[in-house]
Amino acid sequence: MAEIKNIAPSEHHDYQGSKMGMWLFIFTELFLFGGLFLVYAVFRTQYSADFHKAAEETNTFIGTLNTVVLLISSMTVAMSITAIQSNQKGRAIRLLLVTLVLASVFMVNKYFEWGHKFELKLYPGSEVLTNLPKGELLFFGLYFMMTGLHAIHVLVGMILLTVTIFRIKSGHIHTGNFSMIENSGLYWHLVDLIWIFLFPMMYLIT
Amino acid sequence: MSHSETHPQVSYLEYQGKYKGILGWLTTTDHKRIALLYMYCIVVFFFVAAILGLTMSIEKMRPGQDIMNAQTYNGLFTVHGIIMIFMIVIPGLAAVFGNFALPLLIGARDVAFPKLNLFSWYLYVIGAILAVLSQLLKGGAPDTGWTFYVPYSAGSSTNVIWALTAAFILGFSNILTGLNFIVTIHRMRAPGMTWFKMPLFPWSLYATAWIQVLATPIVGITLLMVIAERVLHIGFFDPALGGDPVLFQHLFWIYSHPAVYIMILPAMGVITEIFPTFSQKPVFGYGAIAISSLAIAFVGYFVWGHHMFTSGISYWSKWFFSFLTFIVAVPSAIKVFNWISTMYGGSIQMRPPLLYAISFVFLFMIGGFTGLFLGALATNVQLHDTTFVVAHFHYIIFGGMGFAFFAAIHYWYPKMYGKMYSDRWAYIAWGFTFVGFNLLYFPQFIIGVQGMPRRYFDYLPQFQWGHMLSGFGAFILLIGLILMAWNLIYHVKRGAIAPANPWKGVTLEWQIASPPTLENFEEIPVIKHNPYWFGTEEEIKREKKSVTRNT
Repeated sequence: MAEIKNIAPSEHHDYQGSKMGMWLFIFTELFLFGGLFLVYAVFRTQYSADFHKAAEETNTFIGTLNTVVLLISSMTVAMSITAIQSNQKGRAIRLLLVTLVLASVFMVNKYFEWGHKFELKLYPGSEVLTNLPKGELLFFGLYFMMTGLHAIHVLVGMILLTVTIFRIKSGHIHTGNFSMIENSGLYWHLVDLIWIFLFPMMYLIT
Repeated sequence: MSHSETHPQVSYLEYQGKYKGILGWLTTTDHKRIALLYMYCIVVFFFVAAILGLTMSIEKMRPGQDIMNAQTYNGLFTVHGIIMIFMIVIPGLAAVFGNFALPLLIGARDVAFPKLNLFSWYLYVIGAILAVLSQLLKGGAPDTGWTFYVPYSAGSSTNVIWALTAAFILGFSNILTGLNFIVTIHRMRAPGMTWFKMPLFPWSLYATAWIQVLATPIVGITLLMVIAERVLHIGFFDPALGGDPVLFQHLFWIYSHPAVYIMILPAMGVITEIFPTFSQKPVFGYGAIAISSLAIAFVGYFVWGHHMFTSGISYWSKWFFSFLTFIVAVPSAIKVFNWISTMYGGSIQMRPPLLYAISFVFLFMIGGFTGLFLGALATNVQLHDTTFVVAHFHYIIFGGMGFAFFAAIHYWYPKMYGKMYSDRWAYIAWGFTFVGFNLLYFPQFIIGVQGMPRRYFDYLPQFQWGHMLSGFGAFILLIGLILMAWNLIYHVKRGAIAPANPWKGVTLEWQIASPPTLENFEEIPVIKHNPYWFGTEEEIKREKKSVTRNT
């Protein structure tokens, strides 16, 4: 990048700059989850037998379903960015709405999944859970903390996408200025990416 | 921009946007105003925490209970630590002087994301309010120490959750500032300012910002895990629930050791700006200083284990962390040599900023060398958790970051307010501060070696002489701080008008009006020389001759 291209952004919207900011923010999110991944790795090594047993409790079907749902939603976000770039406003909004519906499906599945665990009295602090072997206890601690934190990120992502829809409607986002939809899209992919790691760790590796 | 054309002369202090008065400040997105907002908060909290520190010193002047009981004392050192660390030294220089000077130094009109900048100030205020509430609410001030070590912090009945949440939010504010600075430095340097034509304070802010962005989330999630432990009984760190307390220490120090460099790197950056200006000479070893900032940030990421030599980690990890701790001292030493060499052969003007900068080097050296005692495995076992550690990190944090803050405020004050403070009072305040500081902390090295533990409310009579001296030092130090604050506050209104360039500095901020206009530069400058270019050799010779004639 030639240095002379540095333009004072008070005069120009700095497309590169805002994207760079978003990437940095995504780094911080990855490190936030990274701390939990580290804790998972430590305890998985320490209590591998207990983790094996506890992971069989998780519902692989719902997990797989949610993975598919999130992957499709990532695709629809990407498609809506392409739609904005080719000036198809209506199509972009429709695609974002589909994304929101998919995100809601994810959350509803999550609700039933967690609800089932609560029915089995497998919630943090419950007597059943506390009496389990230490490793299983920690597995469920991690399960609730990681999927819970991820669910919060899904909600934040949904809010961001909703704001984006309104900004498209009001004409703030258009073919000439689409960094906001791109950044919300990046955030949504992050939510997806973290899930792609959570899914095998919690559901597949038993 | 249109408004700057209609009021070309109005400074950022007088400029009126959409709102007037206080609301104009609270809704501002101007980096200079946000810097001042940060500064006012930080100064107020600094005095609060300093007074807490003073009461601790008074309590310890005699053995046994004097003015408070042991639980209050535990609360005081925790509160003192939380306020000083999370609200003052970590954001301190970057949020105040980074915000103020970074865009000026790189020839930009503002930071990359001005609204985000204001947002991070609000986060700071929310975090600060929570921290203050944790002290006042029913349940009692948290008594865990600022490190929140589990399992105690998971069990203590005091307001630990409030303090944890406060630290989490303050960390988030910090991340956003760092993010903003990285993008600003990448995208908004003036045309022609290549990376190696960038002044060195931005270099140090750049290194700092990366630590802020990459390390802070780790402490964020760690604090969340402790909150989960208290609220939801998810026992990642509680042995009774299968967790591991040493794991907490690892996660905590993975952030909190690099945080030491978040504190000290901008301080080094400020000092690097001051030495060339007051020596009227280009900085010695520009490249070495720039690269050593990055080296400190990088190596500083991998030394956290030296806080845990007595916590039960393996022999090889101790060896490894100790080795890296010695390595990280090298780039710091490089900087010290460069500062001293910058003065060599220069025309030195001993004005208050330089005096503070030299004191910084002196105190930082003591802090740095005693750090090596602690980094060495054998001596660490003897010195761990004694007042030697307290003295060491106060020499680094207060003697380093604190004195750099004083140097910075005396350096950029004319630019901030367009006024000059009294040099005479600045020297007097310096005298009290410097003497008080050393009297307060130096005896703690000695009684620490003799075995005085830190965080203890009571002690054996043979340590009394040290605590007594510390107590007197605390009073003298506070007098110095009050004098300094008075000198600066008084002259905002009544000081002499400052010229645009009172110190004959050559970096960009001195080429514009004092105080600057809203958008800093009428026209964005085009950079041709390195930042510390004092003219051609001919020009410098002529200047030197005229100086000798005049004196």
